Amino acid sequence: MTTPLAMRTFHFKIYRYDPDKDAKPYMQDISVVCDPMDKKLLDAMVKLKAKDDSLSFRRSCREGVCGSDAMNINGKNGLACLTDLAAFPEGKPIVLRPLPGLPVVRDLIVDMTQFFKQYLSIKPYLVNDDNLPERERLQSPEDREELNGLYECIMCACCTTACPSFWWNPDKFVGPAGLLAAYRFIADTRDQATNERLDNLEDPYRLFRCHTIMNCVDVCPKGLNPTKAIGKIKEMLVQRAV
Amino acid sequence: MSRLVVGAHYGVKDWLAQRITAVLMAIYTLVIFAAVLAGATSSHDAWRGFMAHGVVRFVTFLFIISLGYHAWVGVRDIWMDYIKPTSIRILLHVLTLLVLIGYAGWAIQIIWRL
Ligand code: SF4
Ligand code: SF4
Ligand code: FES
Repeated sequence: MTTPLAMRTFHFKIYRYDPDKDAKPYMQDISVVCDPMDKKLLDAMVKLKAKDDSLSFRRSCREGVCGSDAMNINGKNGLACLTDLAAFPEGKPIVLRPLPGLPVVRDLIVDMTQFFKQYLSIKPYLVNDDNLPERERLQSPEDREELNGLYECIMCACCTTACPSFWWNPDKFVGPAGLLAAYRFIADTRDQATNERLDNLEDPYRLFRCHTIMNCVDVCPKGLNPTKAIGKIKEMLVQRAV
Repeated sequence: MSRLVVGAHYGVKDWLAQRITAVLMAIYTLVIFAAVLAGATSSHDAWRGFMAHGVVRFVTFLFIISLGYHAWVGVRDIWMDYIKPTSIRILLHVLTLLVLIGYAGWAIQIIWRL
């Protein structure tokens, strides 16, 4: 039996910035009392928001599906709705910052335009010029298996904004989330654009800025492995070249 | 909105070359290490004779070329990551190339003088 979480006060240090009002970003000290029903960091943040309604952050599904509440939690990117409150050590404030490497719109909300631009650049849709089948394009269970670990991505951007290569070249390097998605379509037996997709990634920036630092794997809240997907694409590029 | 210019198709070639040169250098290092253990450096004359041997010259030459290429890709990667203005980047690329080619020529000259 697990002991229920008792009433507990959580102290926060939160990055605040309202470009209309603040000359510079600052860290706000604020605390909130949580009861045993508050399980996740997002629960505490909703209470914080009730206390100080100027605090801005995105959230929607509160169960790790929509990918909107990604932020930098004690120095590591993650989803507030999947982060256990009970796991935070007593006596140390929880430090919340916006995802690094993207422009801040306000407080914990970042401008994801560049992230989605890179995602769109890999054509994240099935390309198949065959006549439309009567019902659906079938795959064998083995072929379908190949998409596991790829299709589950919720585009939260935890990985891409943790990647130094993306920080340095956000306009040219696709980033781990985009590359994972790229491989999701390369690996799809129903897709017919494999060569074009590989062409699109063969230059020294789009994919090869990845230096296998593996920050992406470390932070993915869905337990996905973009580095592995990137490795598979590299393998195919080499196969094609030699 | 500035246009995105990517699409030079040498990414995979350089990446592969970097791995291959790394393997060659690792093998060379092991060979030299083994030679040292086997007493190739017991005296200056022995060491000199060893390095002047045709086969050793051949592999040392390959090592130097590998090192140069490997360093070129690696250093260029650094410029690509951190240096944004094209003009400065070209300058740094050229300087890097000149230095590396100079070093390689110099090293080769040293081996063939033995
Ligand atoms: S493994 Fe590659 S994509 Fe992932 S964080 Fe590192 S450099 Fe970025
Ligand atoms: S790979 Fe993981 S961390 Fe990256 S966007 Fe997808 S779900 Fe988020
Ligand atoms: S609120 Fe949807 S993923 Fe956290």
